[in-house]
Amino acid sequence: MNIEGKRHIWSDYQKEIADDHFFYVRSCIRQSFFPGSEQFFLNLMRNILGKDVYENPGHTTCTGIGYHSDIVPSATIMTVIARHFALMKESGYKNIAISCVTSFGLYTEILDTWKHFPEQLEKTREYLFKATGREFDIPENVAHSSDIIYKFKDLIAQKAKNLLINKITGEPLKIVEHIGCHYAKMFPKSGVGGAEFPHVLSGMIEAWGGNVVDYPERRHCCGFGFRQYLVQANRGYSVSNTAKKFSSMKPFKPDMVLTNCPGCTMFMDKWQYTIKEMEGTSFGDKGESIPVLTYEELAGLVLGYNPWDLGLQYHMVQSEPLLKKLGIEYDNADKFKTKDGKQMPIPQNLINS
Amino acid sequence: MDKFGFTISKGRQIDYGSNDKRIAEYIFEKEPSFRLCIECGGCAATCTSGNFTGFSLREINILIKRGENDKVRQSLKKCMLCGKCTLVCPRGVNTRNIVVLAKKAFLKSDEYAI
Repeated sequence: MNIEGKRHIWSDYQKEIADDHFFYVRSCIRQSFFPGSEQFFLNLMRNILGKDVYENPGHTTCTGIGYHSDIVPSATIMTVIARHFALMKESGYKNIAISCVTSFGLYTEILDTWKHFPEQLEKTREYLFKATGREFDIPENVAHSSDIIYKFKDLIAQKAKNLLINKITGEPLKIVEHIGCHYAKMFPKSGVGGAEFPHVLSGMIEAWGGNVVDYPERRHCCGFGFRQYLVQANRGYSVSNTAKKFSSMKPFKPDMVLTNCPGCTMFMDKWQYTIKEMEGTSFGDKGESIPVLTYEELAGLVLGYNPWDLGLQYHMVQSEPLLKKLGIEYDNADKFKTKDGKQMPIPQNLINS
Repeated sequence: MDKFGFTISKGRQIDYGSNDKRIAEYIFEKEPSFRLCIECGGCAATCTSGNFTGFSLREINILIKRGENDKVRQSLKKCMLCGKCTLVCPRGVNTRNIVVLAKKAFLKSDEYAI
């Protein structure tokens, strides 16, 4: 085997990720359903890695869900995203860090559109100026927040308190990585490892001591889609995809699923509940379901943070089996308590708890 | 369906890894001409049973070879064993014997004999 040749080819699959000074844009789904993830990303970047990350309160949705549902036209979404770039310019930043894979796909798609159709860029500049009086620059570096964690994965590994080892058996944890389709399938150059060998999550798992599970439907869609779930009658398409994917990974007995896309986290998590209700099927070992975590939540567990501070209790599939394997101590009484100790309502029908 | 308003549809891919090939192997062993079938559909076209029902020997041959046996089990009951399919087969496959052997194989598989 020509290792040097392989290294040379692999270098083509890398992307440039900025080192510091990020303008952070949040995700609609993630800040609603997994609020601990984005909060921990900011904490990790600012307080643990000592990086400069700025959030602008004027930032809005990218309107991606509306765009993919044919409600928001492309001229509108281009102007909305141009406004985000304008906020970034006004704040003095040149590197954008995007929390959402849908948004990331749209930013890359729109930047590519502007590259090939400069007249669209000029039109967007005109629309934005007429509507808001703002001007914008094209960002120097566009990174998804999982790219940034990938870049600093070895630093996190050095500070790790819980490596991804099953403390009961002593074996590395078997982890399924699932990359959002809009991360690199549309524009392979925009993702680490491209569309063929996405390494952004598997790199983290390997660096933190786990084993990546390779199974037949590894690159299959999670079932999220946009049109598939927006109309209730079509949701069978969505849940069937998820069922296919989980049936494929079930024989490998994964300990958890790691995702970098808000939609994947949400649907792989919540459809497991739906499939269990519909058919009585669960896909984990010993009749349990498989916890689905975001990369920030996993990084937080690796760094020894309290799982309830990371928001793991807000998933439909609870993470207790995983926490036991990792040897992390937790108190179930604190699970749904606020920071000042008040008891919040406890959700019904949670799985694995 | 009532609770959610949608259902999970089963995949239509042919899973050769997990399908049950025992029926096919039993027939291959007892009636080697089964391998000669080119799936032309002559048998199905001439079939009296197929004229009145959805029965198709061509489909049955394909499904047995794939190992998708559940559909075959019910369909076999429609065959009247008249043997017209055997007369028209351009490859000389003893099609009637395939139906008989398939019925036997299902009985045996129920008794865990194959």
